[in-house]
Amino acid sequence: MKPRVLVVDDDSSLAEMLGIVLRSEGFDPAFVPDGSRALAAFREVKPDVVLLDLMLPGSSGIDVCRAIRAESGTPIIMLTAKSDTVDVVLGLESGADDYVVKPFKPKELTARIRARLRRYDDAGGETLTIGPPESPVSIDVPAHQVARDGSQVSLTPLEFDLLVALARKPRQVFTREVLLEQVWGYRHAADTRLVNVHVQRLRSKVERDPERPEVVLTVRGVGYKAGPP
Amino acid sequence: MAPPRRSPLARSVGDVGKVLSTGLDALRNALGAGISRLSTTWRRSLQFRVAATTVVVTGAIVLLIGLFLIDQISNGVLKAKRGAAVGQATAGLDPARSHFSGVAPGDLTGIRQAVDQLISDPTATGNNAGLFTISVRSPDSAVDNELGTGPTIPEDLRATVKRGVLALRYAPITEADRSGAVPGLIVGEPIATRAGSFELYYLFPLTAEQKIIGLVQQTVLVAGIALVVLVGAITVLVTRQVVRPVRVAAQTAERLAGGDLAQRIPVAGEDDLALLGESFNDMANSLQHQIERLEQLSRLQQRFTSDVSHELRTPLTTVRMAAEVLYSQRDTLVPDLARSTELLTNELDRFENLLADLLEISRYDAGAAVLESERVDLVGIVERAVKASELLAARYGIELRTNLPPEPVSVEVDARRVERILRNLIGNALDHAEGQPVEVSLGSDEHAVAVSVRDHGVGLRPGEAALVFNRFWRGDPSRSRLTGGTGLGLAISLEDARLHQGWLQAWGERGRGANFRLTLPREAGGNLESSPLPLAPAEVGA
Repeated sequence: MKPRVLVVDDDSSLAEMLGIVLRSEGFDPAFVPDGSRALAAFREVKPDVVLLDLMLPGSSGIDVCRAIRAESGTPIIMLTAKSDTVDVVLGLESGADDYVVKPFKPKELTARIRARLRRYDDAGGETLTIGPPESPVSIDVPAHQVARDGSQVSLTPLEFDLLVALARKPRQVFTREVLLEQVWGYRHAADTRLVNVHVQRLRSKVERDPERPEVVLTVRGVGYKAGPP
Repeated sequence: MAPPRRSPLARSVGDVGKVLSTGLDALRNALGAGISRLSTTWRRSLQFRVAATTVVVTGAIVLLIGLFLIDQISNGVLKAKRGAAVGQATAGLDPARSHFSGVAPGDLTGIRQAVDQLISDPTATGNNAGLFTISVRSPDSAVDNELGTGPTIPEDLRATVKRGVLALRYAPITEADRSGAVPGLIVGEPIATRAGSFELYYLFPLTAEQKIIGLVQQTVLVAGIALVVLVGAITVLVTRQVVRPVRVAAQTAERLAGGDLAQRIPVAGEDDLALLGESFNDMANSLQHQIERLEQLSRLQQRFTSDVSHELRTPLTTVRMAAEVLYSQRDTLVPDLARSTELLTNELDRFENLLADLLEISRYDAGAAVLESERVDLVGIVERAVKASELLAARYGIELRTNLPPEPVSVEVDARRVERILRNLIGNALDHAEGQPVEVSLGSDEHAVAVSVRDHGVGLRPGEAALVFNRFWRGDPSRSRLTGGTGLGLAISLEDARLHQGWLQAWGERGRGANFRLTLPREAGGNLESSPLPLAPAEVGA
């Protein structure tokens, strides 16, 4: 079955062109032209990936992003004309997994979509444990479930991947570039904003006190590592 | 009448001066340590300076006036005493002579008795010239020896009197029945009697006068010190009134300069300082207004930039994707259409880059560029930039050499911007390398890091090193652009470097190639003084 992609964009030409490209690359696109109808379309289409234009009439892309994220972990890729840090970080903080800056090449876009669809599926019955011994975080990889202190922690697939990547090698320090490659599928990219924002989002869910992390630790000047199991 | 010698009181004033000057020496030594602190205060505090100057000037004036007063009063007192003394001596001649009326010349015993009577005559001592004692001496040494048991009379006074002249001397008076000498005035006059010539001396002790003058000195000293202290205090108070508002104004100006545009000086009253405060506040208002207007403009510009960005980029994305679809199918098109598709795609690349660079530079122009500093490894950044340029280098057949330290170099920079600078520099070097190798070196010291990109290509003509960072500047207009650079790359790089408070400099010589050096402070916000790498290569002709 072809992966379903929901395109939320008000520019009909661009939407149509996206449709041509996506179909030729083996995706099944659906379209919604404005933000106010985006959530309804999302529930109806049940896409595998959402392509979301940040500047939309009706409700803004940021609001749509938050609304979708509130009820689903479906990967969201922002289409943005602004590469300024403020805009990008705002989009990422509202729940987007990744972003593509206009004008992008078709290959760039499909690579981003595929990276979001690619999942860790090589693990067999693996359970990982990280964090402080008195309050560990346990990760059931095949079930895509994370628990701490006996209660389930709801993570998006991206956050889950990020946590698993760190937890698989608990003593290793990951640079942001390595994480970008392993989790986002980037090569030779230095956009550390993606990593920083998602580490913060992840911490806000798994840490007891996100200001003093115990599970995802910052290694100053290098990157991140998992807290001791 | 012989002129009186310098009065002992004036001498004692001189002694006071000497004591005072040695005291000042001691004071200066004691202050030796604090002198630099004082001079600092002197330079920094207007209040201290005004107060100190006033105190010193007032002190000098009070000292002069005091000395003058003391001198005048001493002279006045002594002059009156002298007049009275001379009067007394003149008036005493006849009564004195009468004592000698029955004494024959050479009758030593008679003379002795007459003198004793004269000295103890109560009418001859004590009147308006004050208390005095009388001493009689004789020029005749035999007679004088008979008489010579009275108070000591200075020899020079006696010599004058012997010559038959009335004379005065200030001299210490020593009396047999008293211990120690007191300052005194001695009036000597010759007296001719039937018993022969004698010297008649009136000795006036100046104890009372000395007391008066001492009192005057004390009073003047106390009054002078009080006056100086008072004037000093008044000056401090008065200057405080002026200096305090000025200090408030200075602090307010500092806060304004620090960016707190809402700072104002509290204004009270209608005097000159209130006027200063009002003018200052007016200036601050107008400044704030201007800055807010500029900020508004800057926001508008940013908004415009961002809107243009979105409006241009969305259709460009569509065009871009359409071109890519055509390009991927170019094998199925007739040759002219296929070539057109290629040109379309390539030029779209250039158009995109130009648009991106224009937007970036307009962000700088609007002051909207923000530094996102993080602690990162510079070696990694350089390696990434080199790796990104390897494809281009391979296309030109240019060797890209690196000279990097083996260990990480930790710096606090905006990695995205630094990598962009390096990519621009490497791209620029490859463009002008003419097939010669390009070297990328990294150097670091305690305060700074530097990356230099050296090519051995065409180089730069004299004066061009300053022009290469200009927007759309071309070294040689006839040269075609191989990389399709936008002409804004180095200008943006320079802005990126400046945003880091770093340096981006160029060196070049015709035929010897060029060197571009980026120097950045290790810590964000640090100051650069020198670069760990040289700008011009040391090896001449290498």
